Amino acid sequence: MSTLSHLQRLESESIHILREVVAEAENPVMLYSIGKDSSVMLHLARKAFYPAIPPFPLLHVDTTWKFREMYLMRERMARESGMELIVHKNPEAVARNINPFTHGSAVHTDVWKTQGLKQALDQHGFDAAFGGARRDEEKSRAKERVFSFRTAQHRWDPKNQRPELWRLYNARKQRGESIRVFPLSNWTELDIWQYLYLEGVPIVPLYYSKVRPVVERNGALIMVDDDRMPLHPGEQPMMKKVRFRTLGCYPLTGAVESEAETLAEVIQEIALAHTSEREGRVIDHDQPSSMEAKKQEGYF
Amino acid sequence: MAGLSSLSRSGSDEREPAVGVAAADAGIRLRVAKSLLRFNTCGSVDDGKSTLIGRLLYDSKALFEDQLAALAADSKKVGTRPGEVDYALLLDGLTAEREQGITIDVAYRFFSTEKRNFIVADTPGHEQYTRNMVTGASTADLSVILVDARKGVLPQTKRHSFLVRLLGIRHVVLVVNKMDLVGYGQDVFARIEADYQAFAKELGLQDVICIPISAVRGDNVLERSPVTTWYQGPTLMELLERVAVDEARVREQPLRLPIQWVNRPNSDFRGFAGTLVAGRVRRGDSVRVQPGGRTSQVTRIATSAGDLEEAVAGQSITLTLADEIDISRGDLIVLVDQAAEVAGELEAMVVWMAETPLLPGHSFFMKVGTKTVTARVAALEYRVDINTLKKAEASQLALNEIGLCQLELDRPIAFDPYQVNRDTGGFIFIDRISNDTVGAGMLQGASSRSRNLHWQAVDVDKAARAALKGQKPCVLWFTGLSGAGKSSIANLVDKKLYRLKRHTYLLDGDNVRCGLNRDLGFSDADRVENLRRVAEVAKLMLDAGLIVSTAFISPFRAERAMARGLLAEGEFVEIFVDTPIAVAEQRDPKGLYRKARSGGLKNFTGIDSAYEPPEQPEIRIDTTATSANAAADIIVAHLQARGII
Repeated sequence: MSTLSHLQRLESESIHILREVVAEAENPVMLYSIGKDSSVMLHLARKAFYPAIPPFPLLHVDTTWKFREMYLMRERMARESGMELIVHKNPEAVARNINPFTHGSAVHTDVWKTQGLKQALDQHGFDAAFGGARRDEEKSRAKERVFSFRTAQHRWDPKNQRPELWRLYNARKQRGESIRVFPLSNWTELDIWQYLYLEGVPIVPLYYSKVRPVVERNGALIMVDDDRMPLHPGEQPMMKKVRFRTLGCYPLTGAVESEAETLAEVIQEIALAHTSEREGRVIDHDQPSSMEAKKQEGYF
Repeated sequence: MAGLSSLSRSGSDEREPAVGVAAADAGIRLRVAKSLLRFNTCGSVDDGKSTLIGRLLYDSKALFEDQLAALAADSKKVGTRPGEVDYALLLDGLTAEREQGITIDVAYRFFSTEKRNFIVADTPGHEQYTRNMVTGASTADLSVILVDARKGVLPQTKRHSFLVRLLGIRHVVLVVNKMDLVGYGQDVFARIEADYQAFAKELGLQDVICIPISAVRGDNVLERSPVTTWYQGPTLMELLERVAVDEARVREQPLRLPIQWVNRPNSDFRGFAGTLVAGRVRRGDSVRVQPGGRTSQVTRIATSAGDLEEAVAGQSITLTLADEIDISRGDLIVLVDQAAEVAGELEAMVVWMAETPLLPGHSFFMKVGTKTVTARVAALEYRVDINTLKKAEASQLALNEIGLCQLELDRPIAFDPYQVNRDTGGFIFIDRISNDTVGAGMLQGASSRSRNLHWQAVDVDKAARAALKGQKPCVLWFTGLSGAGKSSIANLVDKKLYRLKRHTYLLDGDNVRCGLNRDLGFSDADRVENLRRVAEVAKLMLDAGLIVSTAFISPFRAERAMARGLLAEGEFVEIFVDTPIAVAEQRDPKGLYRKARSGGLKNFTGIDSAYEPPEQPEIRIDTTATSANAAADIIVAHLQARGII
């Protein structure tokens, strides 16, 4: 057998991390966002604990504004994996009908996702939560540890991170503290796509190009996924052949025009791409160092 | 890859879909077959380290247009070189750090070329950040050490190199940066190279290559410089692409599988999950579980894609074994004849990473592989002054200091020396109250006996106890065939010494086997262990100031030499109770020879197991010519003559 490939090493490292958490944490959970990174993470968990079912539930912090196809995939994967699926919707956001159109992306994201996540973790007493974040996504991620500690108030202190050496992770914590664990820390976007391809992992079809109804908002192509999307006077959705590089709340996720209808073609495009995947996300552009500020507040 | 470039990114291509998919598939398979090299960079803020990494990312086209646009905007706003792109800004990720203008943590960056994928740990070089560099270096296959061509090898270069050596990194590149600022002078480079190679040799670094570059201009980074025509070696990227990854070396070592988690989904499956950190394992292999020592065979290497015949270092696997043996997280699976060392008292180099200093006597949680134990720092032997690289006396280790510690664990662990294997020899210290990671260590081996004595020293010692008793402690080691008269003579000696008001104890073979050594039989291995325990007990009693007699056949020279070796010069008195086998067999006080002759007793000394007579005993007693009482008198006289009593 020749040297392990890059992807084999990444896979093995992620499985090692997943197992360490299960061995050392009392009540772990996997944050499942239904996107491609979550899909890889779930697939790795199923491999790590085979033939057992991964010994933790999936948690979806729902905003009610995800693409419809994402909800279909969520139900399918919960069924196929045999894992418990917990869906949390911030009751305050439900009551006040928080949405990106009336309240703006910042408030929408904070109330549904950041506050919603904290509520769900507290409510179930989870002391370790797996997230699919990668270090190549964004500058502040590059310095975050694989095991990232949160105070009882869910705050991240970038100046006070534990050193991580070799394959040794320190999962000990005080009562009330929790850990966010990022098994995909060392994966790049291209690694994710290629792994999905080689392993035949199912993903939401929105990643493949198809003719879809979109409108142009602030230079981004936003898909009109349901009739909650308010159209400007005289605005007509255009039918364009588009796909998505990342998935989130449909009003906040920009599509790209593409001919790539299969995973192999998507990878072909990514390998030759000239823009990073986060460009399609609206939240990063709110303010300088916005991701770092959000993470200190408790955003994943 | 040629097929790929013919595919266009936009919608207006004329390709045949089938060809496109096939070509894309081929492209993916080529890319995913690439290997991965992890490296770290060391250098000070001014050496241009961040600029070099930024350059590697930029030139290997790892950056996207939006990132480049952000870089250009950031360069204008906070860049250190007006009007130029400041590559360093790509790496300084955190707001606070950007404002300070320095990198203060470990950041990981990713790029790839056609040959390889790379993960770079960007670690700062300032003195107070030893902890970060050690962290970044702990997973590296190779280290890039930067120096400024105008300054050459500095004390900090030596510090970085020492840490690289300490962390066991086998490939080192000394990058002589800013060659553009010294006119690309060959003599400047040659001088620095000679300085560094001499130092590296002294330090024990093996594979060291020096490369003249300019990170700002790109000379010899990816592209060969048109100016340094005198330099014949590889460019930095050529070297990074061809150097061997550490995993290839580790794979040829004996199997090491630290168990992470026991997988028990139902009563039919009991799997042991872990990451293979050395060697390889095949179905059917005979394995041992350490530190316990139980053995079994590998029955399956189970994966969701079907069972494997073999797994190799680097893979995360799940094994099943033929026997229902008790295995839990933290145990180490090894091949049956290639065991790891097991010890509870260890020596380790420790890098201290906390504000509160490390003091001898402190206890910590210690995580080695997947095992967590409690360890007490019994002694701090010395501190390494990382400026002079000399050993310095120390009563504590402050933040970022490094020293050799003696550790006492609450139970023995299986391990390998760190320089052999990082995963079975590297550990972290965890504070028992704050739970912070406060130190990292590299095991060197089990504590040596002399050091044990040194750090177990107590105020009331052997000499003090012996003085109280008015005697010199010693061990009278009686050896001879069964029925030779050892016990009889030893018993008489003991009685005579008692009458002389001496403090003694008699360790008798049969008595010891009734209690302490009840679990041992008479195989050669058990006999060796029997004697090892007796020798250790005798040593403790001697330490208590006693005159100890031991009456054991002790047939093997090696074991008697072992017992002698445990004691100080003059404390071991070997007494050969010399009785020919015919005479002993005739006496046969316990009827054992008869039993052995009839086959009822196996491994009986003199019959079907050898007796190796002493070559130079202190006392030899010929029992065919000397009575037991006379023999005892001879021995007592010997002790008096030597001033023992």
